[in-house]
Amino acid sequence: MLDLASYAVFFLVTALGFTLICLGLNLQWGFTGLFNAGVAGFVAVGAYVSAILTTPASAQHLGGFGLPVAIGWLGGAAAAAATAAIVGIATLRLRSDYLAITTFGIAASLLAVAQNAHSITGGPFGIAFIPRPFAELSDRPALYDTVYLALMAVLVGIVFLGLERLLHSPWGRALKAIREDEIAAAALGKDPRRFRLEAFVMGSAVMGLAGAAEAHFVGFIAPDEFLPILTFQAWAMLIVGGSGNNRGAVLGSLVVWILWSASGTVMHGLLPADLQVRGAALQIVLIGVLLAAMLVLRPRGLVGERIIVSRHIIAADRDAGAVPGPASTGEVP
Amino acid sequence: MTPQLLLDGVLLGSTIGLASIGLTLTYAILGFGNFAHGELLSWGAYLALPIAGLVSGALVTEPLGALSFGWPLVAAAFIAMALTGALAFALDRILFGRLRRRGGAMTPVIASFGASLALRNFIQFVFGPQPAYYSRDLQIAMPFGPLRITPDQIVVLAVTAVLVVGVHLLLSRTHLGRAMRATAENPQLAQIAGIDIAGVVRNVWLIGGALAAAAGVLVGVTVQLSPGMGFDLLLPLFAAVILGGIGSVPGAVVGGLVIGLAEAVSGPLVGTEYRTAVAFLVLLVVLIVKPTGLFGGRS
Repeated sequence: MLDLASYAVFFLVTALGFTLICLGLNLQWGFTGLFNAGVAGFVAVGAYVSAILTTPASAQHLGGFGLPVAIGWLGGAAAAAATAAIVGIATLRLRSDYLAITTFGIAASLLAVAQNAHSITGGPFGIAFIPRPFAELSDRPALYDTVYLALMAVLVGIVFLGLERLLHSPWGRALKAIREDEIAAAALGKDPRRFRLEAFVMGSAVMGLAGAAEAHFVGFIAPDEFLPILTFQAWAMLIVGGSGNNRGAVLGSLVVWILWSASGTVMHGLLPADLQVRGAALQIVLIGVLLAAMLVLRPRGLVGERIIVSRHIIAADRDAGAVPGPASTGEVP
Repeated sequence: MTPQLLLDGVLLGSTIGLASIGLTLTYAILGFGNFAHGELLSWGAYLALPIAGLVSGALVTEPLGALSFGWPLVAAAFIAMALTGALAFALDRILFGRLRRRGGAMTPVIASFGASLALRNFIQFVFGPQPAYYSRDLQIAMPFGPLRITPDQIVVLAVTAVLVVGVHLLLSRTHLGRAMRATAENPQLAQIAGIDIAGVVRNVWLIGGALAAAAGVLVGVTVQLSPGMGFDLLLPLFAAVILGGIGSVPGAVVGGLVIGLAEAVSGPLVGTEYRTAVAFLVLLVVLIVKPTGLFGGRS
């Protein structure tokens, strides 16, 4: 029973890490229409920078700064934001799919650095002994995990509410306006490049924070955790949940993570040991088909986007006796 | 910079160029960067593997001259090219085409991302993660001036040259080729001019898929087969396409050669493990300096 509870807590912490990534991606894709094909790279930057800032000195990798965990998290988020700024400044002025290719490229390059720059990242062995917050609880693992879960929940809550507030502000409405009709928005004096860059950088900072938070929970990171499959999982979560809606991002991350873990457990139980690797491959095939099917059959996702975001308009509609219209049957932006 | 490095770069670059022809054509004509294009290489290579075994009963299996392979692989390569073309077209019918009709420029890109993972992992599911080979025979490189080159590598260069010239003639001399180029330039205008857009789209997938499969078989002959072989080339493919200018076939081939040479020449300087980053840097420089690419294209 205790095992089950501790598994549930571990499972939820990981799921909430994905929720954070998904919220960052939703700001980029769902609200701004920016295709980030290198999510894993930004998560990796956050995890590695936070780990390097906080770990004790080690001969295996760069480190020895021994900074507090909170500084590490902020540093990780800032580094991911800086990476995004470089990529964004170079490509956001070009056609939108160039961003997809560039982000894909930066993630692949960062993975190569993580795997090979031994003196900085520890190479394939990664970075161990990443300090855990609340170290005084570490002799009581169950309590520690629960406290960490609460911390993650608070973190998700803050990011969720912050994003909601931003997106319902004039800034958020400008983002949507640019996504829907760039020329019209520019004619109203909104600089599309500036808004896109801000959204892209902010979303990547959230991804970096997610990477840092997960790294300090597990206490160990290695390049294998930041393969392109991570990017794919984040996308599957957002599309299934419903892009353009933060509730959709939260729901999607939980649903897909449950599906992912459950199918993994089933494969693990059904297949003999020598077929485990192939079973893992089949699991990815299934999730890939799920993503494609969702795009074709139910492009809004489970929740879908709310078309009207201004509470003034919603209130005015209510006063006029009109029921706010359901979200359009439209497609993914 | 030794001549041998240059040869390695040309070998790699010609494969990249060959495979990126399909990518540049679908990019221009259908308006989306297909992240699943690399998987067409892998599928071509892996389809040829069992087919070569199947047809070897009907054909002389002795290797051809000094080469590592015989007629079965040649026959299998043609069958794999046809099947991969059909696979690419089928993907468009069931997935990309539907999303394209619904509008939303980036939705097919997301779908291709999902298709890429599904296709790649299906290969890993069937064949396992370990590398595979068409032939276990070791080839001895022959001295060729200051270079050493294997007979297989000479065949790779020759086949690539023949295919590239063939595609160029097809595009420049035939009605289908003109229709394809016109559609790439301006789909609406092409349709008004009476061009059968659906036919062009079908042929683009068939040709692009077949060329990617050919590139996959050539990589399989000179290097090895692995489920990630096409995905690993995806960034170089995109870099070649953008460097050459989207929609330009000569551009894609030249772009491929430039990327291949850049990866080979930089190998001793930064280490071959940073190959990916080299292709990425070339891409980034092109995007900053000349985003329309060397051969025009649209930005």
